[in-house]
Formats: sequence, C-alpha cells, structure tokens
Amino acid sequence: MASFSTTATVDDPRISMGGGSTLPPVRGGGDDGRSGSPDYGTRLRRARLGLLVALTPILMLFVSFTSAYIVRQGLPTLDPRTNTLVRDWIPVKLPRLLFVNTCVLLLSSVGMELARRQIRREAALAPAASVSAASTGEEKKIPWLAMTVVLGLLFLTGQWMAWRQLAALGYYVSTSPSSSFIYLLTGTHAIHLMGGVLALLVAGAAS
Amino acid sequence: MATHGFAGQETHAHAAPQGFIRKWIFSLDHKIIGLQYYFLALAAVFVGMFLSLLMRIHMIWPTVALPLVGEIKPEAYLSLVTMHGTIMVFFVLTTAPQGGFGNYFLPIQIGAPDMAFPVLNMLSFWTTFLGFIVMLAAFFVTGGAPLHGWTGYAPLSALPSAGPGEGLGADLWIISIAIFCIGALMGALNFITTTLDMRAKGMSMMRMPLTCWAWFITAILGLLAFGVLLSGGILLLMDRNLGTSFFVPLVTVNGQLTGHKGGSPLLWQHLFWFFGHPEVYIAILPAMGLCSQLLSVFSRKPIFGYKAMVYAMLSIGFLGFMVWGHHMFMSGMSPYTAFAFSIMTMAIGVPSAIKTFNWLGTLVRGKIRFSSPMLFAIGFVSLFVSGGISGPFLAQPVLDIPLHDTAFVPAHFHLIMGVASIFGIFAATYYWFPKMFGRMMNESLARWHFWFSFIGTYCIFMPMHYLGMAAQPRRYSQFTELQYLAHLIPLNKFITYAAIVTIAGQLIFVANLFWSMFKGKKASDNPWEATTLEWTTATPPPHDNFGGRTPVVHNGPYEYSVPGAPRDFVMQSDPAIKAAH
Repeated sequence: MASFSTTATVDDPRISMGGGSTLPPVRGGGDDGRSGSPDYGTRLRRARLGLLVALTPILMLFVSFTSAYIVRQGLPTLDPRTNTLVRDWIPVKLPRLLFVNTCVLLLSSVGMELARRQIRREAALAPAASVSAASTGEEKKIPWLAMTVVLGLLFLTGQWMAWRQLAALGYYVSTSPSSSFIYLLTGTHAIHLMGGVLALLVAGAAS
Repeated sequence: MATHGFAGQETHAHAAPQGFIRKWIFSLDHKIIGLQYYFLALAAVFVGMFLSLLMRIHMIWPTVALPLVGEIKPEAYLSLVTMHGTIMVFFVLTTAPQGGFGNYFLPIQIGAPDMAFPVLNMLSFWTTFLGFIVMLAAFFVTGGAPLHGWTGYAPLSALPSAGPGEGLGADLWIISIAIFCIGALMGALNFITTTLDMRAKGMSMMRMPLTCWAWFITAILGLLAFGVLLSGGILLLMDRNLGTSFFVPLVTVNGQLTGHKGGSPLLWQHLFWFFGHPEVYIAILPAMGLCSQLLSVFSRKPIFGYKAMVYAMLSIGFLGFMVWGHHMFMSGMSPYTAFAFSIMTMAIGVPSAIKTFNWLGTLVRGKIRFSSPMLFAIGFVSLFVSGGISGPFLAQPVLDIPLHDTAFVPAHFHLIMGVASIFGIFAATYYWFPKMFGRMMNESLARWHFWFSFIGTYCIFMPMHYLGMAAQPRRYSQFTELQYLAHLIPLNKFITYAAIVTIAGQLIFVANLFWSMFKGKKASDNPWEATTLEWTTATPPPHDNFGGRTPVVHNGPYEYSVPGAPRDFVMQSDPAIKAAH
C-alpha cells in the first residue's frame, strides 16, 4: 500500500535568536541542535521565558490572597451576644522589626541585580581572558551573589523573629482575622523567598 | 562561568534511554509522558464511571445492597457524588486532552524535538499521579471520602466535625487537589514556553494547527486559574487544621459552637469559581481544537474561518474569566452583579456560535469520509450544541434560581463539558492511535462504540433536562418515596438502564484499544492523508520526533483540495503552494 507521507524538508537548523547574547555556546555549538544541547543563547532565552511564565501563577496566588484579605476586611460579621452585624476587624500592630526586614529585602534586590551584571560581564570577558595570558587585572571582586544570599537569609531570620514577637504579644494564627492574614501572607512569602535563595545557591554552585 | 544551569534543558537532546525505568517510568520523552497521562486518565475514567453507575443504581433501588459496596447510605451517596465529580473533572477531563494528547502531539505538530523543559514535564506527570493516589486514598480512611461535592463548599468542607467524610477524607481531598494544581501549573508552563519558543522554521503562530492553539490557550487558562484554586485550598486547610476563620462563620454543628467566627463562605465560592469556570474551558477547548482539525481532515476541505476559530477560542478563554459569578446566583448576590455576570455569560454564546457555524461550514460540500475519528468529531459538535443551548437558559438568574438545584444543571454540564470532551478524547484516540502505536484500530468495533456512546449519552442526559424542569432535586440520595416525583420513576429507571448499556459499550473501546495495540493492522505513516507535521515522521515517531531532521514549514495546516495540486492535500512541509494558484 502506498504511503502518503512526504519527507519533511531538510533545511538549516533554527539558529538562536537569543536577544543579542554574546555568550559562547555551551557545548557542541549549534551544529544540529539535536545531537548536543541547544546553545547557551537558546537555553537562556527559554529559561527567561519559562521564568516569566512561572511568575504568573505565583502572582495569581498572591493576588487571590490579597483580594481575600481586602474582601474579609470589609465584611461585617454576626455578634452572637447582640445578634447584630458588627465590624470586627481589629488591625494588628506590626512589630517595627518588619520595617527593618523590608529594607533588608530591598537591599537584597539591589545585590541581586549587581550580581547579575557582574556575572554577565565576566561571561562576556571570559573568551578574552582565556586568550590573553595577562589577566585583566585581579581587581577585588565583590561577591554580590553571596551577599544576596546572606541578605535573603537575614530577611528570613528577621521574619522568624517578627513572628516570635507577634506570638509574644498574643497574636497567633487563629487569634483574629487580621492576624490570620499576617501569618498567611508573610508565611507564603517566606516560602516563596526560600525558593529564591535555593535558586541562588544553585546558581552560585554553577558559576 | 555559568555553563550548566537549567537542568531542564541539559537532557533536552538526550540520547534515547535504554533502561526500562528511564524509558517507560521516569521518562523525559514527551511522547511517553503523554501516554502516561493518557493511561492515568483511562484508569481514572473507569473509577469515575463505576461511581456514577453506583449512583444511578442507588437512585432507583435505594435500599438494595450492591455487590462490593453493600447498601449505600445517604452520606456514602454524597461521597460518590463528590468523588465522581472530582475524579472526572481533574483526572480525566483535565488530564487526558491536555496532559495526554497535548504532551504527545504539541511538540510534533510544531516541529520541536521535545517539550521546553523535559524534567519539569516528567515531574508534572508524577505530581499528577501522586495527586490521584492521594485522592483514591480518601476512600479508605476513617469516615471515608468527603461529602462536599467537587466544588467543596465551605463551611461543610471546612469543618471536620460536619460529617463522616469530612475528617481525614476531606483533608486528603484538599491535599490531592493542591498537588494536582502544582502538577497542572508545571504542565502549563511547559506548554506555553514550548509553543512560544520551539516552533520549527516557518511555523508562524497563524500556521499552527488549531489543536496547538487550543492547547496553548488551555495552558494560559490553567496558568491563571490553578494558582487561585491552590490559594483557596491553602486557606481551607488552614481553616480545618490551624483554627483560622477564612470561610467559616459563626456556626454550630450538632448544637456545638465550632469556635470559628467571622469567616465568609462566599469567599470560598468566589475563589473556587474563579478557577472553576475557566476549568470547564480547560476541559472543552482541547476538544474544540481537535474537532476543528478532524472536520477539516475528513471533509477534505480547509477549516472554515481559521482566524475566526483562533479569535473565538481566545475570546472564549478571555470571557471565561469574567463569568464565575453565574455559579453563584443562588448566593444572594446583588441583582445588579448577577445581571452583569449574566450578560457576560450570554456573550460567550457568540464565539461558541462562531465556532459551531464554522464547523458546519467546514462540512458543507466537503468530500466527507465517515471514519471513526470523524464520527466522534461530529458527535462532539452535536453534543456541544445540545449541551450548549441550555447554557443561555441557565445564564439568566431568573431561570437559574428555580433550576439550579434540579437535575437540569447536571444534564447541561454533562452534555457540554463531560461527554462532549470525552467524545473529543475518543476522536483523538481513534485519530492518533496509528501514529502512537503504529497500528490501526478496528474500524467496525469503533463504529459500534460510537453508536453505543452517542445514542447512549443522549438517552441518559436528554431526559434529565425534563426531570429538572419537573423539579427533581439533584444531590438527593433518595427520592423514590417523594409523592410529587413518583411519576418520574419510570424515566429515572430508563436513564439508569441507558447508563448501564452505555457503560457496557465502553468495554468495546477498551477491548479495541488493547487488541489493536498488539494485533491491529499495521498503519502507514499518514493513514488519514492529513497535512500536519506529525504525519511526516515515522510511525511511531523516533525519540527526537523527526529522526535528526528539522522540519521546515511552508504551508498552512489545512490545505486540502488545493486546485492544481497533484494530490488533494498539501502537507505543511511540502514546497509552498502559491505557484499552484
């Protein structure tokens, strides 16, 4: 019986459109793209896209927690003693430590960006550095990546201490609606951040 | 320097694995993972179908002791309702069309060697599998499976003391859903990245087969919806286990105060349905894409209005996020809010009608080949129309409020979301089986299966509309003794008999599936004379899909009966056909 299939046209493999990446291919170079890994630019572009996509559900998770928070804040509830609807939202007085933690977090973002630029520059210079024996001056490198990790861990420790302070004041997860939300939002954020620190450690081990 | 990050892609171009475990169990190959998803869904659909059979039998013989399960108590009936709905929606309708066929054919149809992140792909399957195991475990713990329905309404779902199944069973149910969400999110991430980044040369977005568009849009819906369900699940678990009151107001259970106060059950409904409504499109969109494909292939005509089909799917997806409130007309929402949700809901009728008329337009004056995939595709259109037409009824609060808790609603959603999607899965199975297993399925068994399923589902669900209008309540475990429903018992019996026959008919499918896998007639590479890229490669496709070649696309996906062309179809990788005009 005749087969109706046609052969696919063989053509040049799709080369990287990697957004102006100057980085060298990882291995194999773009010969066929199938016998070796895709080149560095492709992988970088794909990972960035993947990360961007992955941020969407994380955003949605926090959006829905936040909207639950806003909705709950505005809801009146039934007081069983008087049988009337009352507004029982009593805001929790936040420990001052949380402001310090916020600053630590912002600093770590700055550190993160500096680390990214540093690694990018190193990678761009890498071929030149290996060719010319005269290294481009052993200037003191600031370990931005390590500092970011430390700041992240510092933030997590700070959050832990803030929770302890809240608990000492008598605010537990189930004490009031507002305290439930504080633990919910900060707790989820802490888990989110732990993922980030873990990713940085992987990046640090790889570089 | 950063030479080896991104573990996902490291293995991307992996050589074909040799060992049994790496090849069949923890495989990174999207084709194997697709098959794993498919067989998971096949196992799940039989569990779900068995539960529905028990429910149907219980409805007409409520006191009969059944084999295996004994007499079904009212709370056990609610467990059956819950588990049937949950297993079918999550582990069948979400798993097979997207995880199964999407995984297998999306990369091949766009000319990619694999998914963008193979390791993540493997993890997403095993996460889903774990979710299924945890879900089944709910049957076997103290108190049994939960009672709160697949929608898990609080406070019932939030209070362990609220019923026998609401203890550990409900915890397992929520955890299973949360696990499923994570697996589905990983899958969606892969689908989107793969579609955007790994299309072969020449495969522009507007040259993608409509199946790929459907999988892509479904993945976007999943990406936006599952995170919200996950958040609801986390809040529910906190209410149950940490004493918070997100969803639980001041309520008593058996005269005892629960200790909760101030929560809002409506908050759960909003979170749930913000996921739940897009979820029905997650179930149906892949079937829409597939049937568009099949109607074109088997009519030997280009799809009618390709761009309109794409935009219709996009707008269905977009509107799907605007209409969750129509599940909550009963909740006492403001009539103005209900009106807004109602208008938006009826607006979905417009893109749905565009699709329907385009399907019909594709069939008109086509050289139709009534092969089994085509029969199921036409069956899908039929069920989609029959089930869809009751949508605008239910979209109006004034009609929804009396109909909401009757059998009318199950009749509506089973036709459009349940059985229509299942017909999509069947059509896909018959269509792609030759590519997946290298053999043809038995055509006469397939035809028997089609007529059993098609007539059977209409016999089950059409009378249910009437039951609903006659005010037969849904979710009641026992109504045979209610005087006002006495005249409906014969009809209920008819539905149960139809269900038994239809379910028996599915055994034909299973027998055909496994028999053909080993004994079926050998398939050629392109048995349906279709144009898309999966038919250009070997059968079954080699490990890297195209055997070291890189396909280049020159044509759109639906070039059938092209004037002046040597054959009545021009494949996507054939030389461009402009000269032929």
